[in-house]
Amino acid sequence: MKKIIAKQEACMGCGICEVHCTVAHSKSKDIVRAYNSEKPKPISRIRREVNKPVSFAIQCRHCEDAKCVSACLSGAMQKDQKTGEVTHNKEKCIGCWTCVMVCPFGALVMDKEGHVVAKCDLCQGLTEPACVANCPNQALVFKEVKS
Amino acid sequence: MAKYVIVGASAAGIAAVGAIRKVDPDGAIMAITEEDCADYSRPMISDLVSGKADLSKMKCKTDEFWKENKAELRLGKKVVSLNLAEKVVNLEDGEKIVFEKLLLATGGKPFVPKMEGQEKDGVFTFTNIAEALRLAAKIDRIKAKSAVVIGAGLIGISVTEALMKRGLKVTVVELQEKILSLLLDAKASGIVEAVIRKAGVDFATGQSVQKIIGRPENDGAVGGVILTRGDLVLCDLVIVAIGVIPRTELVVGTNVKINRGIVVDNFMRTSEPDVYASGDVAETYDFILNQNRSLPLWPLAVLEGRVAGANMAGAKTSYEGGTNMSSLKYFGIPIVSIGLANPTEDPTLEIIVKQDLEHNVYKKLVLRNHVIVGMTLVNCIERAGILFNLMKDKVNVKKFKQDLLRDDFGWAVLPVTMQRKMGVVQ
Repeated sequence: MKKIIAKQEACMGCGICEVHCTVAHSKSKDIVRAYNSEKPKPISRIRREVNKPVSFAIQCRHCEDAKCVSACLSGAMQKDQKTGEVTHNKEKCIGCWTCVMVCPFGALVMDKEGHVVAKCDLCQGLTEPACVANCPNQALVFKEVKS
Repeated sequence: MAKYVIVGASAAGIAAVGAIRKVDPDGAIMAITEEDCADYSRPMISDLVSGKADLSKMKCKTDEFWKENKAELRLGKKVVSLNLAEKVVNLEDGEKIVFEKLLLATGGKPFVPKMEGQEKDGVFTFTNIAEALRLAAKIDRIKAKSAVVIGAGLIGISVTEALMKRGLKVTVVELQEKILSLLLDAKASGIVEAVIRKAGVDFATGQSVQKIIGRPENDGAVGGVILTRGDLVLCDLVIVAIGVIPRTELVVGTNVKINRGIVVDNFMRTSEPDVYASGDVAETYDFILNQNRSLPLWPLAVLEGRVAGANMAGAKTSYEGGTNMSSLKYFGIPIVSIGLANPTEDPTLEIIVKQDLEHNVYKKLVLRNHVIVGMTLVNCIERAGILFNLMKDKVNVKKFKQDLLRDDFGWAVLPVTMQRKMGVVQ
C-alpha cells in the first residue's frame, strides 16, 4: 500500500504539516476558521517530533498487524483488508485510550475535547495527503511500500 | 456437529472465529453462548448504564460477521457439561454437539463474598450486558438516588462513573487502603482518588461491607450497608465489583488441568488433546513475570483467541504474551498502568519518577537491568505506546533512560538505529 514516509534529513521541524493536517480535517477547510473559531476544534493527526538537530513527522503507519485494532474495546479501529488502511470510526470510539497504550509509534492523538482518538486517514478523497502535498522541503513522501 | 466448537462468544471466542477462518476456509464453526447477545464490547457496559452508548454502538462486529465467516452462532444456549472422551458438548436443552476441536472461552464470573443480606433486592454484580440492563432498569424503576459500590478496581471505578453520570450519590467501599490497588502505587492512587472525590464520590478504604440492611418499609430491598468498622451508609443499590474469577466449572471433573484458571501452553492448548482455552478463563503467559497467570483483560483475550483459533485450524502460532495492562478513561483523568507498576521493595529494581502534581501529572518507570518492566502514567499518556513497545521488546534503555520521562518524549529522542528499524524514518 501507499504510505507516508518521513525523510529525517530533509525535515526542518517547521510544523507546517501539522497546520495542513489540521485544516484538512476541519469542517471549513479554511485555515483561519480552523484555528480560530471552528467547534469542535480540529486537531492534527501528524506530530512533529523534535530533538535538535533531529526532527521528523510521525503519523499512523497503518501497520499490517495493527496493535490498535486488536486492542480496540469498541470495534472503532479496523483494518481495511482491501486498502490496507487502519480506519477509525469516531462514532464508535469511546475514548478508552487502549489503542494509545499499545501503539508502538505513539501515533494516535487524543482529542480531549471530543473524548475520542484522532488518527491519520491518509486524507481520503485527496490525491495526496495534505501533509505531504504541503511540506516545503519534501520531507514527507507518499509512496508504495511493502507492508 | 461442527468441526470447531467454541463455548463463549465474547472477545476470545470471536477472535478465534476469525482466526480459524483465515486458516481453514470451510470447516464448520459453531459458537455457543448462554447470553442473548454476542459480540458486544463488555468493557462498554458502563457506557450503557451511563447512557453514553446503546446496544448498536456496543456491537464490536458488523451484523455480517457471522455470515462472512460462515460461522453458526447459538445464542441463549447454555453448555452444561462436556464429554471429552467422546468429544461431545452437552447443552441444557439436551442437544449434544460433537466437535473435533473445542475452545473454552467461557470468560470469568463475578466474585461475590458471603455477606449478610446479599440476597436482598437491589444487589447487583456488573460483568455482562444483562446485568447492566437490569441495573439501568432498576435505577429508573425505584428512582434510585444512591449506591454503594464494593470494590475500587477497574470495574468498580467504571460503574461508579456511570452511576454518578446518572445522578446517583456513590460511596465506594474498598478493602485495600487505596483505590485501583492492583494498578497504581500510593501516589498515583492518591491523585486519582482526589479527582474522583472532587467529582462527588465518597470512598471508604480499608473496609469492607459486613452486612447489607433492608429498608424500614421493606426489609427485602436494599436500604444501606454496615461497614466493618460499624459505619452505616444508606443506599438504594449495592453493586459488587470485587473482581472476576475464571469460569472453569465446565472442566471441573475432567482431565483438563486447572490452577486458578485453565492451564494452557503458548498455543492455547489445555492438558487435553484438541481442547483449547483462552480469554479470562485461561491462565496465559505474562512476559514481565515470565509465568502464566490469570489476566482478565479484553485486549489480551482477543490476542489469545486469535492464537487459539489459528492453532485449532492447524497453523502453528505462538502467543507472544501479555501483562497486567490497563488504560483508564474515567473521571476525565487518563491513566496507563502496565507490568510491575507498583512493585514491592526489590533491590534489583530501579524506579524513576517525574511529577507535576499541580496538573495531576505523574510518570513512573520501573526498570530492571536497564529494561522497563513497569510503568504508570497519569494525565500524560499519549506516548505510552512507545514506552510499552520498549518494554515488550526488552530494549536496554541505559543510554537514554532520563529522556524517557521528558515532557517531549517521543521517537525523536530514541536512537536512530531504532528509528530506522521501526521505519519511523527512512
